Amino acid sequence: MDDSRPIFIQIAEQLENDIIDGTLPEGSQIPSINEFAAFLRVNPATALKGVGRLVDDGFVEKRRGIGMFVTVGARDRLIQRRRAEFSAQYLRPLLVEADKLGIDVDDLAGMLAALRSERTAS
Amino acid sequence: MTTTVARVSGLTKRYGDFTAVDGVDFTLEENRIYGLLGRNGAGKTTIMQLLTGQLFPNGGEIEVFGRTPAEHADVLRRLCFIAESQRYPEDFAPRHVFTAAPWFFENWDQEFADRLIADFRLPLKRPIKKLSRGQLSAVGVIVGLASRAPLTFFDEPYLGLDAVARHIFYDRLLEDFAAHPRTIVLSTHLIDEVANLLEHIILIDQGRILLDRDAEEVRGSATTIAGARAAVEQFVADRPVIGREGLGGLASVTIDGRLDHAERVRAAELGLELAPVSLQQLIVHLTGADLAASIEQEAAA
Repeated sequence: MDDSRPIFIQIAEQLENDIIDGTLPEGSQIPSINEFAAFLRVNPATALKGVGRLVDDGFVEKRRGIGMFVTVGARDRLIQRRRAEFSAQYLRPLLVEADKLGIDVDDLAGMLAALRSERTAS
Repeated sequence: MTTTVARVSGLTKRYGDFTAVDGVDFTLEENRIYGLLGRNGAGKTTIMQLLTGQLFPNGGEIEVFGRTPAEHADVLRRLCFIAESQRYPEDFAPRHVFTAAPWFFENWDQEFADRLIADFRLPLKRPIKKLSRGQLSAVGVIVGLASRAPLTFFDEPYLGLDAVARHIFYDRLLEDFAAHPRTIVLSTHLIDEVANLLEHIILIDQGRILLDRDAEEVRGSATTIAGARAAVEQFVADRPVIGREGLGGLASVTIDGRLDHAERVRAAELGLELAPVSLQQLIVHLTGADLAASIEQEAAA
């Protein structure tokens, strides 16, 4: 949890990440609001607001009396949404910094390719 | 649906020609954790004493559970006030406190109290006057939690408690609040430690309310912009500034308000650093001596 953004948004993003990387598979049960609150040491109202975002977007569903579950198809839809945001969130700041340092797009492409092969090698 | 448990309007308390609480209005809603924050002498304790019927106001209205607290035993039974320096009878030991507590609090949970006594490693038979400062605070914290009063006030409850004991307090408070929701008002200086526990913040300065907002709204509501002085000043030109520091050609200015994505990009293009402002930093800015007046003027405008 950092200070720059509302905690409920950080909770929602953490849950999304867990769904995307398979920590929380589709159909699996997610922790209760009170478990989230106790684990993250946040007010239960904040935890409810964070989880509520995923419920509103249909990534998580409530089953009355049982708990909350990751919906089928949630992972693909989340990945699509993250891809749509990727350019604004990551590429634009990258370009700003690259321009500042005089790195052109071809150089950037080369650096990215080198980094990728380094990552796959390790 | 929210239910109001306490409402004050125009609340005023004077001691001679000193006005400790100066025309304050706010409400407390059911089942929320409030942070009552402010500097020493801001009026926090006085407000809590007024709400719990220990003081009479010089002006204004107080309603707690729909009635004036001072004259109604059925209201007082539903309140718990844990004072910073609670006094106990001369020859008391903690076990006497925990024996007496159920007489005053109808929701008292002895099992929960016993668990807390073990958590805090509190010696039950040692005379209160021989307890350490932290152990004395633990007695108050245990009473405040195990009483499960519908409206509980903790006034700087943890003088002398070490970091481990404070985190036991936060954890037990959250767990028990989740299982038995109630209204809790927490007054503290350790703002960063409790920031995430709070749902709503009431900030008091010089007897007046400076801020009365949901904690989530307050979080991230201010930003610090740092960099070359000219660029910083250009960027913050039309914004409400709540703090300003500088060193040579560098400046660091805190503004009230969030930056949208385009503004963040523009700041990066100007070579400026953006830093989040924690609740504690924001409150230091807001209650810093001469700045408070200018904020109030801005709020009024």
